[in-house]
Amino acid sequence: MRFIIKDEILIPSNTLDDSLPISQIPAIPQPPIQPNYLYNRELQQLLTGKQLLLDDIPFPLNEIQSHYENGYITYRKGINQSGKKPICARCGNKNLQWFETYPCSCCGETCLYCRKCLMMGRISGCTPLIGWNGPVPDTILPAKISQWKGTLSKGQMEASNRVVDAIRENRELLVWAVCGAGKTEVLFAGIEAALAAKKRICIATPRTDVVLELTPRLKAAFPEITVASLYGGSEDRHLFAPLTIATTHQLLRFYHAFDTVILDEVDAFPFTVEESLQHAALQARKPSSAMIYLTATPNEKWQRECRTGKRPFTTIPARFHRHPLPVPEFVWCGNWQKQLQKDKLPANLLSWIKERILANKQALVFFPHIPLMEKSLPILRLIAPTIEAVHAEDPERKEKVQKVRAEEIPLLLTTTILERGVTFPNIDVAVIGAEDSIFTESALVQIAGRAGRSKDHPDGVVTFFHYGKTDEMLKARRQIMAMNREGIKRGLLD
Amino acid sequence: MNPFPQDHCLICHEIIRPTIGWRAIFSIETEHLICQPCERKLERIEGETCRICCRPFHLIDEKFRKGDLCHDCFRWEEDVEWQGFLEKNTSLFLYNDFLKEVIAKFKFRGDYVLAKVFAQFFTKKLDQLAPAILVPIPLSEVRLYERGFNQAVALLVESGFVPSEILTRIHSEKQSKKSRLERIHLQQVFKVDTEITLEGQRIVLIDDIYTTGSTVRHAAKLLKRAGAASIQSLTIAR
Repeated sequence: MRFIIKDEILIPSNTLDDSLPISQIPAIPQPPIQPNYLYNRELQQLLTGKQLLLDDIPFPLNEIQSHYENGYITYRKGINQSGKKPICARCGNKNLQWFETYPCSCCGETCLYCRKCLMMGRISGCTPLIGWNGPVPDTILPAKISQWKGTLSKGQMEASNRVVDAIRENRELLVWAVCGAGKTEVLFAGIEAALAAKKRICIATPRTDVVLELTPRLKAAFPEITVASLYGGSEDRHLFAPLTIATTHQLLRFYHAFDTVILDEVDAFPFTVEESLQHAALQARKPSSAMIYLTATPNEKWQRECRTGKRPFTTIPARFHRHPLPVPEFVWCGNWQKQLQKDKLPANLLSWIKERILANKQALVFFPHIPLMEKSLPILRLIAPTIEAVHAEDPERKEKVQKVRAEEIPLLLTTTILERGVTFPNIDVAVIGAEDSIFTESALVQIAGRAGRSKDHPDGVVTFFHYGKTDEMLKARRQIMAMNREGIKRGLLD
Repeated sequence: MNPFPQDHCLICHEIIRPTIGWRAIFSIETEHLICQPCERKLERIEGETCRICCRPFHLIDEKFRKGDLCHDCFRWEEDVEWQGFLEKNTSLFLYNDFLKEVIAKFKFRGDYVLAKVFAQFFTKKLDQLAPAILVPIPLSEVRLYERGFNQAVALLVESGFVPSEILTRIHSEKQSKKSRLERIHLQQVFKVDTEITLEGQRIVLIDDIYTTGSTVRHAAKLLKRAGAASIQSLTIAR
């Protein structure tokens, strides 16, 4: 779009000679709020805390423009310049590789656009990002906000109190909770406190599965609160809600929206590799707001910051069932890849698997790469023909996981795709080739965390078969043992 | 400046691994726009095809074939209202799921740079079809403003050819929302708007996809009646 500036107001114009695409206007004036203006409540609901494109807004341009002129709507540039370098205002991309140009029919110029966040609607040099500047919609609170009836373990309770404090005081906090600690429940008191203070709160996670799993649990805990559940293609896109559960991708549409952002699984793909998602998370929170990070496996930098007191954190070192985490044992299995070329697998691995098949104990076996796993499958099927393998692009991934739950598959071979999120009640876990660089400290801690999850089967065997111990393996075992020690010290284990 | 710039695939963004060999060393390196795995997913239209619409015969049942025509073209050519307007359509690739996604990103998401991927293939074909007036299928004004560019114009420009934008659209409703019957019985959707004389000219229509052929046949009819000698069409997908 092109605009002219007249009397300190931007006016859309495609005809006048002195009009400019929005990104070329030096400073965008913001008209003062006219208190007597009758603003559109639907626009208010739609735009509060957002940054949307004109195409996302089901209202005509003249209505949007009139809200801008009366101070209720803001226009921001879609692409900013820092020196000579462009920055996408929505996703923060500044890598020139992700910018391209096209001859634009809207502004009639060669327009720069960002390919990084293209799937959320194209941002180009002539695209305004539209936001709300008027009063925030009022939410009516029920007499009783939380209907959650469960109880917290001692470890959960301590963390829960810290979360409440951080939310009240708009601070940052890392909740370092072991796999199976029950971290969702730890949030409930904090969410209740935020809602009671009329704060807008968002739980964000890199994965859609987690959004789908959390939504019914939170709706059940807060039945009278509107909950917006946002992921690619969800229907709540335009819903204004005090409580939002979203994939980190969806945060790209928010701007200074939340008083509290809870970021789940900060160490998970794609959040760790996509700078745009980290940018989105920061941009979605208000300048003064609380940020709660949740993870079982903070990266090395964060662990160091915790140790040196630079990062406020709290740990839940024990599972809710008060049994210690299974500690992985290391078993040397020689040059297993070389054996595999001759269609053989190490004898100690084979006997580990046979024992489980004979004892009817289900197990997950992790492989570093798909081809190695696929080559091993026929060998292992000689032991039990019902053994299956799964990887990220497997179209039957969900079915196979379901079959393990139904105990139709005795042993499942997998890549790191099942390292987190999936919980089976009673399994043993093996890693073959634990020396591979794909098995980082956090991957190994997550993998070990699959075992011993239910209170009926709190023990599980975790074995790392390796051709040479790595630092990552040692760090993973050290981390697990340290958590168990802390659990004993704090009286969280039986 | 990075002395060893790494090319990223325009489709999947992976780093393109250069093919190593004497030919790569001694010949002038052609620009790599997409990686080999993506290129392999583009299925070229090869083998015996319908004389008019370029549909590959090996993909349709024998009973839908009428000599060197497919059933659809046979029906068009049977109809005195429509016969003889479209001489031939050429399409480069099969409209498989992969290409469907790429084209959707190109025209609906507005990822203009993808025109360059197809331009590589378009250039060769357009050279073969020259000399001719190259006419892009137009968008309505509303849609053009929405998308920011016309995909057919983009294909021509990025292929290094000059589009002759002599058609404009009367109707603006989306084609893809109508059935074949509705499309065929539609009144004329285009109008010719030009000062150049079409008398005796060869025209090549450019579009992204050939689906039922209704779009290009409507345009062909109009241009033929305006005096053009022959009408062909060229699309990315079929």
